[in-house]
Amino acid sequence: MLLIKNGRVLDPASKTDASLEVLLEGDRIARVGQGLTPPGAEVLDARGLCVAPGFIDLHCHLREPGFEISETIETGARAAARGGFTAVCPMANTNPVHDHATVTRAILKRAREAGGAQVWPIGAASRGLKGEALAEIAAMREAGIVAVSDDGKPIATAKLLRQVMDYCRALDLTVMDHCEDASLFAGCVMREGPRSAQLGLRGMPPQTESIAVARGIQVCELTGCRFHVAHLSARASLELVREAKRKGLPVTCEVTPHHFTLIDEDVTYDTHHKMNPPLASRSDREALIEGLRDGTVDAIATDHAPHAAHLKDVEFDCAPFGLTGFETALALALTELVHAGRVPLLRAVELFTTGPAHVLGPSSPARGRRAIAPGEPADLTLFSFDRAWTFRAADSASKSRNTPFDDRAFRGGPAATVIAGRLAFET
Amino acid sequence: MRVVEKSQLMSATEIDRTLQRLAHEIAEKTGGAKDVGLVGIRRRGVPLADRLAKVMRSLGGAEVPVGALDITLYRDDLSTIAPQPVVHSSDIPFPVDGKVLVLVDDVLFTGRTIRAAMNGLFDLGRPRRVQLCVLIDRGHRELPIEAAFVGRHVQTSDREIIEVRLNEIDQQERVMLVERQD
Amino acid sequence: MSHGFHDLLGIESLTAAQIEFLLDQSVPFQQFNAQPLKKLATLRGKTVALAFFEPSTRTRISFGTAAARLGADTQNLQAEASSLRKGESLLDTVRTLDAMKPDLIVMRHSSSGAPHLVAGRLAIPVINAGDGTHEHPTQALLDALTIRDRRGRDRKGRLDGLRVTIVGDILHSRVARSNLHLLSKFDAQFTLCGPPMWVPAQLESLVPRVQREPRLERALEGADVVLVLRVQQERLHEPPLPPDEYVLGYQLTPERLRRARPDAIVLHPGPMVRGMEIHPEVADGPQSCVLEQVTNGLAVRMALLFLMIVGGRTEEAAATASP
Repeated sequence: MLLIKNGRVLDPASKTDASLEVLLEGDRIARVGQGLTPPGAEVLDARGLCVAPGFIDLHCHLREPGFEISETIETGARAAARGGFTAVCPMANTNPVHDHATVTRAILKRAREAGGAQVWPIGAASRGLKGEALAEIAAMREAGIVAVSDDGKPIATAKLLRQVMDYCRALDLTVMDHCEDASLFAGCVMREGPRSAQLGLRGMPPQTESIAVARGIQVCELTGCRFHVAHLSARASLELVREAKRKGLPVTCEVTPHHFTLIDEDVTYDTHHKMNPPLASRSDREALIEGLRDGTVDAIATDHAPHAAHLKDVEFDCAPFGLTGFETALALALTELVHAGRVPLLRAVELFTTGPAHVLGPSSPARGRRAIAPGEPADLTLFSFDRAWTFRAADSASKSRNTPFDDRAFRGGPAATVIAGRLAFET
Repeated sequence: MRVVEKSQLMSATEIDRTLQRLAHEIAEKTGGAKDVGLVGIRRRGVPLADRLAKVMRSLGGAEVPVGALDITLYRDDLSTIAPQPVVHSSDIPFPVDGKVLVLVDDVLFTGRTIRAAMNGLFDLGRPRRVQLCVLIDRGHRELPIEAAFVGRHVQTSDREIIEVRLNEIDQQERVMLVERQD
Repeated sequence: MSHGFHDLLGIESLTAAQIEFLLDQSVPFQQFNAQPLKKLATLRGKTVALAFFEPSTRTRISFGTAAARLGADTQNLQAEASSLRKGESLLDTVRTLDAMKPDLIVMRHSSSGAPHLVAGRLAIPVINAGDGTHEHPTQALLDALTIRDRRGRDRKGRLDGLRVTIVGDILHSRVARSNLHLLSKFDAQFTLCGPPMWVPAQLESLVPRVQREPRLERALEGADVVLVLRVQQERLHEPPLPPDEYVLGYQLTPERLRRARPDAIVLHPGPMVRGMEIHPEVADGPQSCVLEQVTNGLAVRMALLFLMIVGGRTEEAAATASP
């Protein structure tokens, strides 16, 4: 039994923001209230800390199997727990590609051995991510995937997307698309604009993303399957999602912390600024923050994409896309959104908890919800609201150091992470 | 590094008298000055060469052409000089082949400048003869180079420096002996 | 450093004063190159590494000749023969070159920003001989020297307030970018003209006083300088423009050139394709400066090698020279 005392409980599901005690028994929450004094319970003093339901990261890359030089399930899960995440959803672009149940089982086995955040894998939509034939989605479902995506790449054609969505609707699986038009993307390394003109780097317009978002929304309308836009980055895309929601379509979207923090003007030849979708314009960032506030955006997801140092230490054109994100996500949300007065604290917590749970739907391990209430899983994220600290990449639990946020000062950050009733991380 | 003036070696009048004498010597020794050219070594050799040519003209001989030679690219001590090197143009408006050239400089010291100047001249052509005229010879030669025409010989130590000031460049006219004090 | 920089990666970060200094320093080398005997010992014992990761004949020969005339040795890396084909990274290739202790590296690469990556790791100076579509600083310098010489015998102050028309695929041109940066420091006004997908709006924010004009006749009106860019027929990731379309819209013909000022000069970075971007009569006409550009390129590169190798030392120098 674990009693969490003196914390400020933030529970978006019940709109609670109050000083409450939480009693955990085994892997469940037993009681929430005041003056709980169970005999023999271990006590965790959460004085000065916020207590939220366990954070879920809808989008990350753990690189195992196949790219263990950059990250393993173990190092990734530990880094995630340090970031306050109790569950993470790794994408399928491993080697071999996660497109059949054997890989699902292997990943889940490694995750159980590793400890740290729980791993809820996302299976490929197409075999080998080749965009031709369907992957073994039903078998993977049975083995434990929580969603389907060809991320890394877009789902290749509208025809395939329709097949995948028809299939997944029956399985109650969300289809997540890395929305990108291949012809507009080809050869590009950043957002098209004054900065790309100045640096002499090939840039892509926002329509590279929004054209594919429009496609996905229309196929969603055709099939009725849940459609989720991965790492949405453009105003034009957001407006399409807003309109789709207004029409009552099951469309959701996520935004990454780097997209609500940095813009294309911040890009230099430093490859830590190279990711896909690229850093967008000032106007896009404004729109994303508004969308985070008003509910058009359902979740903050990291798209944690570790790359070993020698892979990134090359010319900008040749560097792989991506940055790490587990350990800076919450700090960026608190500093750039909440303390900046753009998004209220409880709403920010929603974006890490009830939002992602809703995206995954009722059949996922989260059962479509995330709450601090009796009977709910004992997954909790404890964080400091405004502790001043500096993130140092060298101290990260990830194997990789590719982040533009090294040495960045933050207000607020993760403090302790409870997963299935055990303390998985504590500062 | 501090530099302290120790004494004045030549006043403006003395410089003028010396140049007059040198011009006479050059005219005499080069006998008629038909194929003679003066080449001043940048920077202060240039106004000195101009003045010598003017005097030689006033002696009634032929017009002696004057050129300016920049030796920066021919130096052997580029990596050690301060401030950082800057190249200037040379300007030798007459053919060098077959000429009797008189190099003109303010101070002759180790001889390395003259060595560089000769390399520069030979890149331009093949003079018949090269001679050297200096205002001051301060000794301490490191190469087998001598001046045929010398204004004044001055004994110096290693710590001493001869500073020549000419109106055309420095807006004052004198020669000083200064000493380095670290 | 009298020139004020350690590496020459681009024009963007130089001041007008630095540029004037570099052009002035090129003049003695222009004179030198007119001499019968073109060999100095100034850089004897020094080595210049020519690391050309992108094919180039003219620029590589120009830098090689510049080094040789100053008495330096060269190490020649050419992309076709390089170990890059064997999967060696750029940094490893450069480190291998550096281990042979050159005194300076001249680098051309197809990726924008590649020289910046290298300069950040090496102690020796780096000259960017062209990086992707980003900058080609020595080209802009030799273009400026050519303009200055053509516009005035006295060679001073002739770069100010020019009206410059640039024609061609400007989006992908590092020569255009470097020229825009350089001449804008002297208050030039620019008119950009070319196929619209290659003259996008964001070019107008690169430097002040830039406008776009789709029709070449209008774009040339009142121009002092016309910079004609070469046409890359096949471009990766871009559907090509049929050559006849290009000639119709953008070839610099004698008739079109008459729209510019009578004393306007025509620059071209080379190699020219007569009959494509430039009419043969213009290419060989009195307003064309292409041969002077090549000669001036040699002088500019000699000046840079001299200043950056000899003047690169900032640590203790002897108190006096020995005269």
